[in-house]
Amino acid sequence: MGEKIATRAAYGDALVALADQYPQLTVLDADLSGSTMSKGFAKAHPDRFFNLGIAEANMMGVAAGLATCGKKVFASSFAMFAAGRAFEQVRNSIAYPNLNVTVVGSHGGLSVGEDGATHQCCEDLAIMRAIPNMTVLCPCDGPEMRAAVEALMKHNGPAYLRMCRLAVDSVTDETPGYRFEIGRGVILRDGTDVTVAATGLMVQAAMKAAELLENEGISVQVLDFHTIKPLDGALLEVAARKTGCVVTTEEHSVLGGLGGAVAEYLAEHFPVPVVRHGVNDQFGRSGKAQEVLDAYGLNAQGVVEAVRRALKLKK
Amino acid sequence: MDTNYLASNAARGRLLAMDAVYTAASGHIGGSLSVMDILTTLYFHTMKVDPKNPEDPDRDRFVLSKGHCTPALYAILALKGYFPKEDLTLFRSIKGHFSGHPDMVNVPGVDMSTGSLGQGISAAVGMALAGKMDHKDYRVYTVLGDGEIEEGQTWEAAMSAAKFGLDNLCAVVDVNGLQIDGATADVMPSEPLDKKYEAFGWHVIHLDGHDFDALAAAFDEAKTVKGKPTMLLAKTVKGKGVSFMENDAGWHGKAPNDEQYDKAHKELVDELRRCTDRIAMASMDNAMEALEKLDALFPDVPVKEAWEELI
Repeated sequence: MGEKIATRAAYGDALVALADQYPQLTVLDADLSGSTMSKGFAKAHPDRFFNLGIAEANMMGVAAGLATCGKKVFASSFAMFAAGRAFEQVRNSIAYPNLNVTVVGSHGGLSVGEDGATHQCCEDLAIMRAIPNMTVLCPCDGPEMRAAVEALMKHNGPAYLRMCRLAVDSVTDETPGYRFEIGRGVILRDGTDVTVAATGLMVQAAMKAAELLENEGISVQVLDFHTIKPLDGALLEVAARKTGCVVTTEEHSVLGGLGGAVAEYLAEHFPVPVVRHGVNDQFGRSGKAQEVLDAYGLNAQGVVEAVRRALKLKK
Repeated sequence: MDTNYLASNAARGRLLAMDAVYTAASGHIGGSLSVMDILTTLYFHTMKVDPKNPEDPDRDRFVLSKGHCTPALYAILALKGYFPKEDLTLFRSIKGHFSGHPDMVNVPGVDMSTGSLGQGISAAVGMALAGKMDHKDYRVYTVLGDGEIEEGQTWEAAMSAAKFGLDNLCAVVDVNGLQIDGATADVMPSEPLDKKYEAFGWHVIHLDGHDFDALAAAFDEAKTVKGKPTMLLAKTVKGKGVSFMENDAGWHGKAPNDEQYDKAHKELVDELRRCTDRIAMASMDNAMEALEKLDALFPDVPVKEAWEELI
């Protein structure tokens, strides 16, 4: 494993690193710049950073207005408020006019930990994915997040970038030939018995699960879907043809996120058993981040069990 | 400034808006008629825009935050020359791209897609902020409804405009006193608006939203204000210019039937004629010739086709 860093920290680093190269880059935040880690950019480029206060709806509209004037805007808050509270502003003021704004949702999923259900957004990928024109990204580690931010600088159009509170081990930097491209999944580990399609911090759990299962003689292919939309259907179909069953895993509801996207795609293109692993249509709860993840089965053991269910369905 | 010229353009705008809503058999005519004089003053007096170069980065911007009054905006944009007046027959039609609410992607001259109330003013704040960042001298204008300001987002936007000292932003509330369910005073009282916006850090001007001289003067005054945004509280009449639509919330989002259209059309043509008469009288050299021409044009006024020649 490589460095241990939260994706939000990598986001903050990337903004600062890319600021000179992209003079139109403008960053907004809603009183959470210390948590979304946009504060580094705020300090380095106060003329290009604006704190809109605890007013996410207005922030999205301001982002849209800036974008109409040529600015490349990143507007960050917690996933709950960026994708949840401001959903309609993101839809009508940003996505409908197809404006060049990246909505950044930090503290996605259960790993928010102690703050509990009100702040644990497990619906953001589903909500954002349903909006036309939107690109939806959920990088799994620091290096992938940096690559995603750089790719978004060149991307023209609305996007949602989900990030995570918890520091996580880096896995993508150890994958030979790894290259980030929006809309392209990555084979992190090859296998023949089952495909595990993962996103966000469940990518690391999927890699651990693959090791555990290998000890039992089960060969697991692990795909990293950092892009939920547009989904890399071609990669998915090739994988499904090869292994004959697919497990999806995400720190998100099983409804409408990566699991929903994969199930929809395969149902129409190459139907194979699909087991969706994630949050089972429940609210979160308070606890230390890892305790909460474990309580909901969002760990390597949970992925192992999902794989067993998929293998049973395959037979 | 030529008040008769503005008045005649507003009258033409009202005719076009009425025709668009009648043709579409749907649309928001009441607020379109109340806001028409404000839009006319902006586009034919105040704003620096060029219909031949609608994407000019240095142009003044306009955001119709009360986006449902699209018939007024599209009519004014057509009169200004952004697209042919005939295109208004496609308003709300499956055959065209003139959607029910302003669409910046498909309609030339529309600076921001709006329609969901409360959101346009935030985009206007973003545009004004970009102007400050880039040291541009363009100005940003936006019009809100007095029902729309019940949306909390408009007050978030008001706070942020003051925080950033956006003196290049001038907003207008079209205070026609009515919203879908009735009087704003009953549905959700919002007065005193002047004290509220002043408390939010704005320069506030009261005016009659149908007085072109007052509108032009207020927009000019806003340009002289430093360090804070300006809010015009424009008292207007919903349904202005059509006797049976005036001050009636029932005409918020309803299209006239044939009989109502003919009546409305006649009243609006009469107003247009009064305006053009005044223009003719103002230039005495051609007065007789102009009057004869106008008489020849309207032997029998309530004919739907007649206005097309005139406009």
